[in-house]
Order: sequence, then structure tokens, then C-alpha cells
Amino acid sequence: METLLQQVVSGLATGGIYASLALALVMIYQATDVVNFAQGEMAMFSTYLAWTLLNAGVPYWGAFAATLAVSFVGGLAIERLVIRPVEHAPVLAVVIVCIGLLVILNSVAGWIYTYTIQQFPSPFPQRPLRVGGVTFGAHDLGAIAVTLVVLLFLYVFFKHTALGLAMRAAAQNPLSSRLCGIRVGWMFALGWGLAAAVGAVAGMMVAPVVFLEPNMMGGILIYAFASATLGGFTSPGGAVVGGLVVGVLENLVGTYVRFIGTELKLTVALAIIVVVLLVRPSGLFGRAAVRRV
Amino acid sequence: MPPLLEVEGLEARYGPTRVLHGITFAVEHGGITAILGANGAGKTTTLRAVSGLVATTGRIRFAGRAIERRPPEEIARLGIAHAPEGRGTFLNLTVEENLRVGALVRRDRRGVAADVERVYGYFPVLRERRRQLAGTLSGGEQQMLAIARALMLRPRLLLLDEPSLGLAPLVVREIFRIVRAINRDEGVSVLLVEQNAALALDLADHAYLLETGRVVLGGPAERLRRDDTVRRVYLGY
Repeated sequence: METLLQQVVSGLATGGIYASLALALVMIYQATDVVNFAQGEMAMFSTYLAWTLLNAGVPYWGAFAATLAVSFVGGLAIERLVIRPVEHAPVLAVVIVCIGLLVILNSVAGWIYTYTIQQFPSPFPQRPLRVGGVTFGAHDLGAIAVTLVVLLFLYVFFKHTALGLAMRAAAQNPLSSRLCGIRVGWMFALGWGLAAAVGAVAGMMVAPVVFLEPNMMGGILIYAFASATLGGFTSPGGAVVGGLVVGVLENLVGTYVRFIGTELKLTVALAIIVVVLLVRPSGLFGRAAVRRV
Repeated sequence: MPPLLEVEGLEARYGPTRVLHGITFAVEHGGITAILGANGAGKTTTLRAVSGLVATTGRIRFAGRAIERRPPEEIARLGIAHAPEGRGTFLNLTVEENLRVGALVRRDRRGVAADVERVYGYFPVLRERRRQLAGTLSGGEQQMLAIARALMLRPRLLLLDEPSLGLAPLVVREIFRIVRAINRDEGVSVLLVEQNAALALDLADHAYLLETGRVVLGGPAERLRRDDTVRRVYLGY
């Protein structure tokens, strides 16, 4: 029983990480209708930025805030420079551009920072908490809390601000939005900026666990895709729930299904994607896309 | 005073196909102008050209300003609201959010709140459905929402693309009655594109007949209503 509880708890911890990256994926998808395959590498790059600042002696939360700001501007710039030219191209072209971005960001990071694995600090205390026989990592709890704060912020932003409404409108019906005077191109760019900032949070929360190196996000991105698919690509809250469920599921299956163990864990993510797409393509909390043709 | 909207020698093309061959028309201050014509005559393209959605040559002047080179969002900000073909509904936003989207470019928060109530006055059914997703509305309700959303911009000119399309006659009559009231009470000029010539000529003060991208007849609505060709071909008596 204690093993089970412990596995659930550490599953929730990794799940929190998947959730934050899934949240960034869902953000861009909602704001621009693009599935951003480069999200993980963007987050990795942001994390290196934070690392550089920390090494330069900037205090943690200062570096955190500065990284968010720079990532936001970076995401905005990527949309303007790289995505904008293929805005009207078929969806596959956009996907290819995103994958190209993934490869470029990965290589540039390796070139600047080398592939040496680095330590990345956590802002939370080292000492684990013990409740009964179950151990909670302080960083894990902190990371989940941070993800929930980001989710709350996004909810308030999209539901209760004029800019959030403009972004939702632009994503749903660009043409009609333009007729209402909304500068749709800038709304898309803002969506990328916001997603880059959310991804940066994810990166900084992941790095203390998986350590910092250019390939740190590879596996996590797949789990994030599984989370977003499970929760529904149209639902930010669903992405978070999906992340937590995927984290727990991955851990339990790895522990209790002997032949899967740790080696085949990643397969669980892919299996989740396939099963969800077969059984309920819009995910647990998503809305089926309505499109007039 | 020159007309609110003056269009002169307007040409438009989709790729190699020319759709408008130099049309000229105007909308007076406070007036209702109707553009009539069959399917494919270029009615929708005319509205899209005014809104900056298609590449054109020719002159378009709105309130004395040349607007033919401006992008749609800037034209909207000048005070031209367009209830487009297909109604342009934001299906996954609520009815009230749809209305607020129409007013996003305005800065006067209190005026917007008052205008939401005002358009509910014209379209009470939208008030009943304010929290519903717009995708759940009927066709007629979505057409009302499109007009209501356009009004939220506080426009000087309202472009209406076939408001009667696909709706039951009773609903259509209701919508046209409201458009007339809006024109009278709000001082909003209207450019209406419509296949139903009888309805349109009833509402409009000026009308133009479009055939394959050319204006073949134009003038006071009264005169078009009495014209023999219009009567035989478009009014059917």
C-alpha cells in the first residue's frame, strides 16, 4: 500500500512537469491553431538563459522574472520571423517549420552551452516532507503549485480581460475578427509569446529534476503531448489534469507491470496518445472542433 | 455634402478571374443603399472590396478619406462594420462575448456596457441566450447576432451581406424591420447586398442592379421598383 501511495505521489510530481509543458502546447494551439513541436526546445533554451543569469549572480526570482520576460519577447519574435511567412500555408508546412525550429534551437544550444550536463537549482527547500510512510519532495510540491498558479493566471487572463477575449476571437475566426478591427497577426504573436513564457516556467521547474542539457526536453515533450491529448487540446485545465494523470499512470505501469519497467515507460505515453485518439479524439475535457466547410 | 461612401470604377479579381468590372455607386449619409443581383453577380465581392478583404483597383472613399489601400482591421476602426457572408459567428464564444468582441477596439468601457443593453433591446432573444455558446443558436439568431455584433462597433456604415439567406420568411421580415429601426434611430447608414429584390427595394432608398460584375441599373429604389426589367426578372410580376 505504501509503495502504491509513494508511486502515486512521485507520479504526481513528474505529472506536474508534464502539465506545465502541456499547458504551453495548448496555449499556442488555442491561440493560433498550431501544434508547436518546438515547444520543448524553446523551454530548454529559456532555461539556459535562466542558468546564465544565475551564474552571473542574479538572485533566483529575479532571474526567473527576467527569463519570463525575455522568453515572451523571444516567442513573439519567432512568430513574427518564422511562423508568419507560412501563416497561410498548409498545416504540414507549419509542422515542418516547427520541427526545423526544434532542430535549430537544439543545435544552437549545444553549440553555445555544450552538451555537458549541468545542475540547475530549485527555489524550494531541499528537505523532503514525510507524511506517514510517504515522502513528498519539496521541489515537486512547489512545481505543482507553480503550475497551478500559471493555470489560474491564464484562466483569469483569457476569461476576464479584453486582450484575452481578443486572442480567443482571433484564434476562432480570424476573418471575422479582422472585420471587428482586431489586429489578428499580433494576437497570434502574443499567443506565441505567452506560450514561450509558460514553457520557460516548465523548463525551470523541470531542470532541477532532469538536469540541464540540450536534450532535456525530448522525452518530456512526448509526455506533454500525451497529456494535452488526454486532457484535450482545447482545454488548459484539461492539459493540467492530463499531465497529472499521465505522470501517475506512467509510474504505476512502470512499477507494477513487470515487462514494461523503466525501459518501456515512454511507450506508455505513445499508447495513451493512440488510445485517446481512437476512443475520444477531443480528449477528456476538450471540445470537438466545429468547422464549416 | 458628398456621400458617406463613394465607390468609383471598382475592379476586383480572384486570381485570374475578374469579378467586378469597374462599378460605381454611393451610400448617402443616413441612407440605405441596396445592391441587387443574382448568384455570382459580384455582390459579396463588392462588400469584401469595401472592407479591404480583396485586392482591388478603383477608388473607395469613406467620409472623405481614401480607404482602398487599407487593411480590413483599419477600415473597421474607421467606422465600417461588416456582417459578413456566413455570419462570422464566434461559435465557441458565448453570445455576450460575441458582442464584446464587436466592441474590442473601443475605449469607452461604460459606453460598451450601455450598448450591450441597447442591442439586446433590438434583439431580445439574444438577451435570453446571452450565456449560451453562439454555436448553439439557430440561423436566424446567428444573423441577428451578426448585426448586433456589427452595431457594437458604433459604426457609421453597416455592411449587410444577404441577411435573408436561408431564413424563414417571418424571421427575415423581423430582421429587416429591425434594420430599418436601427437606421432610423441610430443614424447608421446601411449598404445591403441582397438576392431578395422585393425585400431590399422595400427597405432601401437607393439601389443598384449588378449583373456579372457590372452595374446595369442604378437610382432611387422607387424607380427600380417600377422598372420593367427589374419587375419581370427580379420581382416576378
